[in-house]
Amino acid sequence: MNPDLQGRVFPPAPPYLVGREKVREFARATGSTSPLSLDVEAARAAGHGDLVAPPTFAVVVQEATLAQLLAEPDAGIDFSRVVHGEQRFSLSRPIVAGDELTATLTVTSVKTLGGNAMVTASSDMRDVEGRHVVTAVSTLVVRADDEAAA
Amino acid sequence: MSALEVGQVVAEKTYPLTRDSLVRYAGASGDFNPIHYRDDVAAEVGLPGVLAHGMLTMGTAVQPVVEWLEGAGDDAGVLGWVSDYQVRFTRPVVVDPTAGAEIVVVAKVGKLDDEAGTARIDLTVSSGGQTVLGKAQVVVTLA
Repeated sequence: MNPDLQGRVFPPAPPYLVGREKVREFARATGSTSPLSLDVEAARAAGHGDLVAPPTFAVVVQEATLAQLLAEPDAGIDFSRVVHGEQRFSLSRPIVAGDELTATLTVTSVKTLGGNAMVTASSDMRDVEGRHVVTAVSTLVVRADDEAAA
Repeated sequence: MSALEVGQVVAEKTYPLTRDSLVRYAGASGDFNPIHYRDDVAAEVGLPGVLAHGMLTMGTAVQPVVEWLEGAGDDAGVLGWVSDYQVRFTRPVVVDPTAGAEIVVVAKVGKLDDEAGTARIDLTVSSGGQTVLGKAQVVVTLA
């Protein structure tokens, strides 16, 4: 992997509009029973503008930014050898349906460890007013050999 | 907040996963990597079988905490919300085509920070008796 990637900031991904039915679909797919994610009236009664997305929903928005990284011509990342090592979401507020989020990816770290390369990429997501909503941080491990993927 | 104590188990739940769950998550998340639904592709890349998406395990494992937060408050509202959540993917979850797999989650209070108004909930997440997520920590901002 190209060590010069560290510190690289990518252009913002196209804005992602969080749809109500997408929130419901994601909630159901992750075993949620939360009325706040499934029932608009319950979400409004709890003071939210619309359905509240589950805690890991930002992965859907982050995906476009990670695709930018993997497609970077000089990155030298072989997608077939990529294993997800770590993931973190840090939220300033919950994501709600109707949010339009713009994600900007920064490569925060590139390391080589025992033949494997590790890249940590941070996607900063902001609403239409430019306020921080969530940062999604992924550490991807690029395996050096043909061991089984995780 | 004063009702919480470090070490207290706040939620415990078991989630069955089937191949249907993986296909559903693929569609919901947009992650269509075929190792999560095709046996031939999984075998080709040397995997022991079709694996659950790591992000499906992560997304499911936090749900008992969400349920606890929403159910533990009185009618007036919830106990808090998840403001930070991190995991390490330490072991893949193999999902058998007929038997499926199970994800077992135990959520315990790891740390209380009165000043910040937060509680750290530590998750133990296992499948088939083996831990599958490491350093699985949920920070809850208390209402």
